[in-house]
Amino acid sequence: MIFLDNLINGLSLGSIYAIIALGYTMVYGIAKMLNFAHGDVIMIGAYVAFCGLQYWGLPPVLAIAVSMIACTVLGVTIEGLAYRPLRQAASLAVLITAIGMSYLLQNTALMIWGANPKSFPTTFINSVSIRLGRLNISIATLITIFANIVIMVSLTLFTAKTKMGKAMRCVSEDRGAAELMGINVNRTISVTFAIGSALAAIAGVLLCSSYPILQPTTGSMPGIKAFTAAVFGGIGSIPGAMLGGVLLGVIEIFGKAYISTELGDAIVFAVLIVVLLVKPTGLLGRPIREKV
Amino acid sequence: MTKTKRKRLIYNLITFSVVIAAYLILQHMIDAKTITRSLKGQLVPICAWIVMAVSLNLVIGFSGELSLGHAGFMSVGAYTGAVVSGWLLNAFQMENTVLRLVLAIVAGGILAGIAGVVIGIPVLRLRGDYLAIVTLAFGEIIRNLVNVLYIGTSEGHLNFSFLHKNLPESAVILVDGAKGAVKIKPISTFTVGFVLILITLIIVLNLVNSRAGRAIQATRDNRIAAESMGVSVTKYKMMAFVTAAVLAGMAGALYGLNSSTVVPTQFTFNQSINVLVFVVLGGLGNVLGSVISAAFLTVLPEVLREFADYRMLVYAIVLILVMIFTNNPAIRSLVNRLISPVKALLRGRQPSALQGGDKA
Repeated sequence: MIFLDNLINGLSLGSIYAIIALGYTMVYGIAKMLNFAHGDVIMIGAYVAFCGLQYWGLPPVLAIAVSMIACTVLGVTIEGLAYRPLRQAASLAVLITAIGMSYLLQNTALMIWGANPKSFPTTFINSVSIRLGRLNISIATLITIFANIVIMVSLTLFTAKTKMGKAMRCVSEDRGAAELMGINVNRTISVTFAIGSALAAIAGVLLCSSYPILQPTTGSMPGIKAFTAAVFGGIGSIPGAMLGGVLLGVIEIFGKAYISTELGDAIVFAVLIVVLLVKPTGLLGRPIREKV
Repeated sequence: MTKTKRKRLIYNLITFSVVIAAYLILQHMIDAKTITRSLKGQLVPICAWIVMAVSLNLVIGFSGELSLGHAGFMSVGAYTGAVVSGWLLNAFQMENTVLRLVLAIVAGGILAGIAGVVIGIPVLRLRGDYLAIVTLAFGEIIRNLVNVLYIGTSEGHLNFSFLHKNLPESAVILVDGAKGAVKIKPISTFTVGFVLILITLIIVLNLVNSRAGRAIQATRDNRIAAESMGVSVTKYKMMAFVTAAVLAGMAGALYGLNSSTVVPTQFTFNQSINVLVFVVLGGLGNVLGSVISAAFLTVLPEVLREFADYRMLVYAIVLILVMIFTNNPAIRSLVNRLISPVKALLRGRQPSALQGGDKA
């Protein structure tokens, strides 16, 4: 029973990582940049949802919607103001800008909401739980796993079937050629950021429903873990991000439960290293072609 | 003497004279007691961060690999330094603080170097962003491991225990798990820090201007071309990586022995990122740039103290603006047009590595 409990907790945490990792992996696949500020967009999303629930008295669904809209606007603004001027620059310059953006978001949150941790209102989601024999599953866990599946299916369909999805795949394949074919690269990248940031808002709410402590640094560690998950699964690949995220969550929970609580993070990172050594581009990543 | 050699010599001379002049001025200010308290307290950390930045520049600027775990080596050095210093004091009653500091720094460098070899072997098989994430992972693993490390000293021996505190009753506790290295006697001095900077500069500038250094830069500029010319890529990347790790460990020992405690949370991923910011703002492959930006950016938050809550906000905005202004092609060509007469005078003073080699 404890094993099943851990497995479900792992799947739930992994689903959160997976949703965050999608944001990293899509932006990486299309804009070829590591968006280090992504973890902080999650934090902003969680704060907005917190305000919606706590101060404005919105029903949960509406609060999440407001938070998604806020994050989408934020993501597109960040991309337009900070990353777009650097489209041609060396990738390290973009990385540093993203780090600067991460500091900026954290400190803005610090000024608006203060350093004291806020406890995220979780009563709406945690009060109900389902009993399956001796197993006790909270609704939050179920919703998280369910949301993850829905997001994965719709994103896969979106990239495979819609015009915008095709444009995204083109840009990620070859930006120059895509531009020549009449694809608006800037708009495609903006849409990618919009989707990634909206997902970040959902991830923020789910994260804080399971771990209800909200402070300006809430997003950084899950952000790094999700980034790890994206690389683990093969960065740039949507199913890879899903697989990487879920596996990472399960490994983390099992590591903490059966090996050592303090070393949970170390185990996660050690597994990542081993996987990358065996498969240097991640589980589902495409091998790097080398041209001479 | 060829033209490039002369240029390099001038560049190195400028680098050394800037550092020595800064030391002499600051030392004079200390003697004349005109230095502010906060700046005086910052001197040793500045030295440590300069060494960190120069050593990371060796990895990122010269060998072209993005390392995000440099703070991990610093923490290895800081812990080793604290343990060695505490052990020498307790077991051998070594009262000579300078000797103890030097031994601690050497030990910190050696252990960080060993960590560098162990980490470098797997890491340097990877490329680009994958390499970056693995260095990040190692940095976090090191932080996690020291979090559950307990070290004490009794009867001249060192006692280690892992995960659970299991030390003899009589032992003097040196490292206490999540509480970090405790009860350190602060023995770091500005002069030792200055000497460490000089050693770092000598090592790094000599290395990059040697045959090995040219090989390192060749692997950065074009791995395949370098390999086909018979340059062993792994060997030279390893050389840069381990040298940087040793220097970071020495900086860590200096930094750790400057305060009474060292805690694992001091050496997080964010600290690695801070050093990365020093390196990028100073210019990739530009050693003097790293020195200046590390010193400047360490002092800056203190200077901005009157803005209190806003200082990190200002720092973030400045960082973003600097990156946009120095990297946007439109803005850059405008600036180039304005300063081209000045640039013509200074042309060639810096190595041509400013663009970095990470575009592959």
